[in-house]
Amino acid sequence: MNSIRARLIAVLIGSTGLVWLLAVGWIYLSTQAEVERVLDARLMEAARMVNSLLSDHRIEAGLDKAATSQALGAFEVDRSSYERQLSCQIWSLEGTLVGRSQNAPDTRLTGAGVGFSDAEVGGEQWRVFTVENQALGVRVMVGDSLHIRDRLVGDVIKGLVVPALLILPFLAGVILISVRRGLSPLSDMAQTLSARPANDLRPLVSVDLPREIAPTVGALNGLFRRVQEARERERSFTAFAAHELKTPLAGVKTQAQIALASDDPAVHANALRQITLGVDRTARLVKQLLDLAALEANDAEPALVEARAAELLEAAVAELSLPAGDGRVVVDADAGVQRSVRVEPQFLALALRNLIENALNHAPADTPVTCRIEAGGDRTVRFVVEDEGPGIPEAEMALVVRKFVRGRNRSATGSGLGLAIAQAAMARIDGVLMLENRDAGGLRASLSVPGVEARR
Amino acid sequence: MRILVVEDDPLLLDGLTVGLGLAGFTVDAVGTREDACAAVRAQRYDCVVLDLMLPDGSGLDVLADLRRRDDATPVVLLTARDQVADRIAGLDAGADDYVGKPFDLDELAARVRAAVRRGKGRPSPTLNWCGVVLDPASRTARRDGTPVSLTRREFAVLEALMERPESILSKSALEETIYGWQEELESNAVEVHIHKLRAKLGADFIKTVRGVGYRLMEDAG
Repeated sequence: MNSIRARLIAVLIGSTGLVWLLAVGWIYLSTQAEVERVLDARLMEAARMVNSLLSDHRIEAGLDKAATSQALGAFEVDRSSYERQLSCQIWSLEGTLVGRSQNAPDTRLTGAGVGFSDAEVGGEQWRVFTVENQALGVRVMVGDSLHIRDRLVGDVIKGLVVPALLILPFLAGVILISVRRGLSPLSDMAQTLSARPANDLRPLVSVDLPREIAPTVGALNGLFRRVQEARERERSFTAFAAHELKTPLAGVKTQAQIALASDDPAVHANALRQITLGVDRTARLVKQLLDLAALEANDAEPALVEARAAELLEAAVAELSLPAGDGRVVVDADAGVQRSVRVEPQFLALALRNLIENALNHAPADTPVTCRIEAGGDRTVRFVVEDEGPGIPEAEMALVVRKFVRGRNRSATGSGLGLAIAQAAMARIDGVLMLENRDAGGLRASLSVPGVEARR
Repeated sequence: MRILVVEDDPLLLDGLTVGLGLAGFTVDAVGTREDACAAVRAQRYDCVVLDLMLPDGSGLDVLADLRRRDDATPVVLLTARDQVADRIAGLDAGADDYVGKPFDLDELAARVRAAVRRGKGRPSPTLNWCGVVLDPASRTARRDGTPVSLTRREFAVLEALMERPESILSKSALEETIYGWQEELESNAVEVHIHKLRAKLGADFIKTVRGVGYRLMEDAG
């Protein structure tokens, strides 16, 4: 059952019904016990009374049948609704019927001895109390039919159950209405939400809410806020991506038109050179956009593997595709750091490649870009990329890792994505990107990744 | 016509400088908001071609700075953000026109010319004075219906004079119109161009006002 309302109604009605049933059962049992106790006491009293009457010779058993019968008739309690009847028999000890009350059967009520006993008389269950009078030589038996007792208990229960059955539908109605009213804030909320257009991410009104719904509404509003932020990011990303893609395209087109319009061979050559540059840059930008999208779209836990840091660095350098990088990238193979790291090799290579390309693009063309591996604190291993370029103004340090942010000291071919990619890749593999200006000039970019204890 | 191009992308900036130069404009080029603000304060331009996304801020800031100083220099916005809302925001901020990237170089040149024309309150696309007709779009000149061949610089000098035919332009004002920052200036360049123009259009079409500058002959009609 998946409706809170149905569940609540079922639980309420079920538990109410169960309480009623238990109460009825309880009352049935206790009434039965009470009736038995009271009626048994009555039986005993009646038997003793007959016995004492016999002893006092107030009635003469066997001598005057009619008198006895008459006297015993006095025990016949006649009530309009309950024709409860006591039957009395007086037997001699020898076993002959000395006397009996009017409605008493002829057969002996019980064969049992003195005290209470149950017997079947004429197909009916009887409860009998027997007293022996040794002085007179008689045995007095007083009994009543259990059937009557059952009827008594049954009537009491009926008196309980009938009003309960009459009340139950009414009770169900009350429960139904109150559950519906109690849940109305939920259905109100559902109505508000379903009436909204897809782009309406305003928070739900959260004042005067029942305490039970407030956390849900709070969580929903939080979700709305996050979705809104994600959409804002998406939108600004799209705007930036559009700008970054359209600008070099506009440049390429303009240069192509210049090449067509001008007869000057120098202008021609320059335009064609610029077109080549623009196409390279656009291609790199597209590749970076795809890298970034892959980093951000893939939510799966990256498969971390252990690998030698030096091998990873060499692989990343080998993958560099920048023609301008020929011979400029120097891998400073420090024998002291033979460490292994635990990373996703693709992500690390992506981050390293972007850092190295960044360094190559920003530093003067004849300066080296140095890559090395250092032991970091807390069992980490640092991949360091150093250049001799202009560095990053301190004020821009925090901004340059954002997407499409290109610092003041920009390169001609940058897209503003390289550091953002490195940052995103590090975030995926528990690494940290650090940027600092070197004292000697230039930028020092490092990737700290979890290391593995050296194995022998 | 001297214009300022503000664009942070070096490839496009180079293209605009060369391309608009081919279209007859004298082009100054800057890449940041700061440089753009400094340039428009230092020099009067006939038009500013302004990119919106600059590394140190928005091109709209440059525009706002211009308009705040009551500078009516025509501004053509150049941007990749060519959503309708962006266009409206740009135009309402005081821009005269809006071109989305990538654009056609000839169209941009035409829009710049149109913006300049409107800025000067001139309804006709051609300049006319005493039988000389100058068409900035086709960069052609005619004297009484006969085509006259002019070099780029000669055309620029004549255009500057014909835009305000009844006022006197100093030599330095003419120099500023025909040479951008990056261009090497020859000391007697203006005199050389004036001399050649007189040879092509008639000796008395351009008058020398001694000690002040140059102006066109008075309109007989």
